[in-house]
Amino acid sequence: MNKVTFEQLQETLYHEELPNGLNVYVLPKPGFNKTFATFTTKYGSIDNHFVPLNSEEALRVPDGIAHFLEHKLFEDEEGDVFQQFSKQGASANAFTSFTRTAYLFSSTMNIKENLTTLLNFVQKPYFTDASVDKEKGIIEQEIKMYEDNPDWRNYFGLIAGMYDRHPVKIDIAGTVESIHQITKELLYTCYETFYHPSNMMFFVVGNIDPDQTLTLIRENQAEKRFAEPKEIKRFFETESEAAYQKQVTIPMNVNTGKCLVGFKDRLPEKQGKALLKHELSVQLLLEMVFGQSGENYQRLYEEGLIDDTFSFDYSGENGFGFSVIGGDSGNPEKLGETIAAMVKEFAGKPINKEMMESIRKKKIGYFLRSLNSPEYIANQFTRYKFNEMDLFDVIPVLEELTPADLEAAMKEHFNAETQMCQCMIKPKGE
Amino acid sequence: MTKFTIGALNVHVLPSTTYKTNTILLHMRSPLEKNTVTKRAILPYVLQSGTMEHPSRQHIRRELDELYGATLQADVSKKGENHIMSLKMEVANEKFLSDSRPLFARGLQLFSSVLLSPKVNDGAFDKAIVEGEKRTLKQKLASVYDDKMRYANKRLTEEMCKEEPFGLFVYGNQEDIPSLDGASLYSYYKQVLSADQLDLYFVGDVEEAEIKQLVETHFAELSSMPARESVPPAPAAKQPKEPREVMEEQEVQQGKLHIGYRTQTTYSDEDYFPLQLFNGIFGGFSHSKLFINVREKASLAYYAASRVESHKGLLIVMSGIESKKFDDATTIIFQQMDDMKAGKFTDEDLTQTKAVLKNQLLETMDVPRGRIELEYHSRLSDKSRPLEMWTEEIDKVTKEDVVKVAQKMQLDTVYFLKGKEEAAHE
Repeated sequence: MNKVTFEQLQETLYHEELPNGLNVYVLPKPGFNKTFATFTTKYGSIDNHFVPLNSEEALRVPDGIAHFLEHKLFEDEEGDVFQQFSKQGASANAFTSFTRTAYLFSSTMNIKENLTTLLNFVQKPYFTDASVDKEKGIIEQEIKMYEDNPDWRNYFGLIAGMYDRHPVKIDIAGTVESIHQITKELLYTCYETFYHPSNMMFFVVGNIDPDQTLTLIRENQAEKRFAEPKEIKRFFETESEAAYQKQVTIPMNVNTGKCLVGFKDRLPEKQGKALLKHELSVQLLLEMVFGQSGENYQRLYEEGLIDDTFSFDYSGENGFGFSVIGGDSGNPEKLGETIAAMVKEFAGKPINKEMMESIRKKKIGYFLRSLNSPEYIANQFTRYKFNEMDLFDVIPVLEELTPADLEAAMKEHFNAETQMCQCMIKPKGE
Repeated sequence: MTKFTIGALNVHVLPSTTYKTNTILLHMRSPLEKNTVTKRAILPYVLQSGTMEHPSRQHIRRELDELYGATLQADVSKKGENHIMSLKMEVANEKFLSDSRPLFARGLQLFSSVLLSPKVNDGAFDKAIVEGEKRTLKQKLASVYDDKMRYANKRLTEEMCKEEPFGLFVYGNQEDIPSLDGASLYSYYKQVLSADQLDLYFVGDVEEAEIKQLVETHFAELSSMPARESVPPAPAAKQPKEPREVMEEQEVQQGKLHIGYRTQTTYSDEDYFPLQLFNGIFGGFSHSKLFINVREKASLAYYAASRVESHKGLLIVMSGIESKKFDDATTIIFQQMDDMKAGKFTDEDLTQTKAVLKNQLLETMDVPRGRIELEYHSRLSDKSRPLEMWTEEIDKVTKEDVVKVAQKMQLDTVYFLKGKEEAAHE
């Protein structure tokens, strides 16, 4: 068991890599009632082309299968795992992202039982033809719910506009057509390949004893047998550096238009410290250009181009990364143009050091606030580790960033000529 | 949590070292009424847009950045027939920063100036600020239509509570917006300060004595006013009537089925906890009847759930289904309700739901905002229910209690937002 203490934050993190390759992290949070645990595989919607375990040939699987698998793992021979958790006073859930599938519970009681249930149901797939078939109706309604949601359509419309071939452009839940191609055999193939403990991480945060928790997990894993770990070969289409399209318009049954502007990373192969530095630099820059304390936000608001739905964010992973800026607007076209013009103007000037200091403080405070949330810690820590970064490096790296770092990130990321795409939702009939 | 009164302010303090931040929250409460609803929907947003010292949103935000990214949020909500305006600030605790200059007192000073020293000229709020917020409110109201789940919920409430204040939308209405101006809003603001029920909460690394002194310094205008008598609004009329069905057509992929029941039970009633158990067994969780039968067994929906409005006495069922499956879904939902009334649920269902409810309660208490909301329930009613008693109250509920609550449920309105025929492309 390794132990790392972060003095300033007053947090201690415990870690162990088990013989089967599973990485386990425990972060005690005295004072909290709740314990939150996530069991995550490095497998998401983009992993649709790979060499299955026990096979030599590459296989392409239907869109939405990682998400489908997430739904189906909740069922076992005895029935529904949700029932088991709620008998133990826990609330369970799961989510699938581009690169991860996470299973989680939160609970204030029966922590040992709940940890065991989480470990066991994720490591015990049970799929039948009938249950796979039945799930299709449910997921079909999930897909339709998102199809009616203009924010979702705007966000995914933007990503599909930025990317030509990379599977990040595929909807995480797939389409009504693609999920009908999913079979129980395909689900087992994906499961065997991606749910090996060596491709997974277990994170527990809460009012717990680290020794007892690690012992429980260690013993649980020692009782189970797994195939020898093998490196997973995943294939991704070659993606061009530039944004695929400049503009996408989606007419919908809405009253208010929307506009999101995206900047696509030109060099998305960064991992570790380089990615962390890039991510934090881009986030600082976004705050400096579009934050509520800046001139630009004030202008956009006064001109009536934005309202308080306006936001921005950057997310980067191995193989893709982008920032997204925008929100509701009575004039989505003009909002897009203005955002582009503001980015160009900002890029033409040297970094304002006083502003940078103020935004740096803001980001440090925001990070501190996030540490109140067990959910944030578990999910982000896992995402960071899967990209060879460390969540607890955020403040030190933020403190180290120099104006030169920001200028470099500015040049690399915010090129409005080649890297930008604008996606708009427009009310039908306008 | 300790409580004390300083003039017109009810102050609540919860000292805790669990968090990395300190939270300040103010609730301003008054009855939900047609002639003030839109004013209250805009007022807190005007307040957070400029003070005498920090005359624009941008200036206020700069000060917040300097306070290590302190957050300031305005909000409006509806709890029963109360209309609540809120201001919330969260500020980092400097003991976790390498820079140890104190942040809390400076944050509180900004918070109080947003409330008590807004940007005003000649007895009116700043014209540009008011016009900007009118535009934002207009867009906010228009875009409710764009979020179909929210839209259906708003429509159901309007249809169901046509004759009651509860039928008013929390953000007011478009018709009132043109007549709002800086002068009329300012005179309403003065009325709020002199008549609203004011509850100020502090959660974090703070002490009662310190808070007392800070409140007296920074909220002098309010702390020198006489204490206000708490008047919980009269219990909402519960008018039984013939159930109604309201159908609406739009171009949507998924139909939104929202069903409203009258529970005849509110927070101050004896059977409040049995109602929580009822909702948990019927539709509140992923082990509930609605989830199991509408989703897991019939594959009709991705979500099928119910929730309770504790201060108005409503139960709302929500599900997203294929438009042509209206009959199938309502049949299953009504069957679940009939089963509840007939006591067709097991002791195990009851035990399981108790465990989940107790867990939910303890989890909510981990979040400063959640803790405050739980405490605030008691301010909205003449019934005081100390949080320490809740788990015990939940444990005491019997199957008979739940059946009794079930039998009081009355179907009021079925609202269905369905897809247009030509839009059904499969």
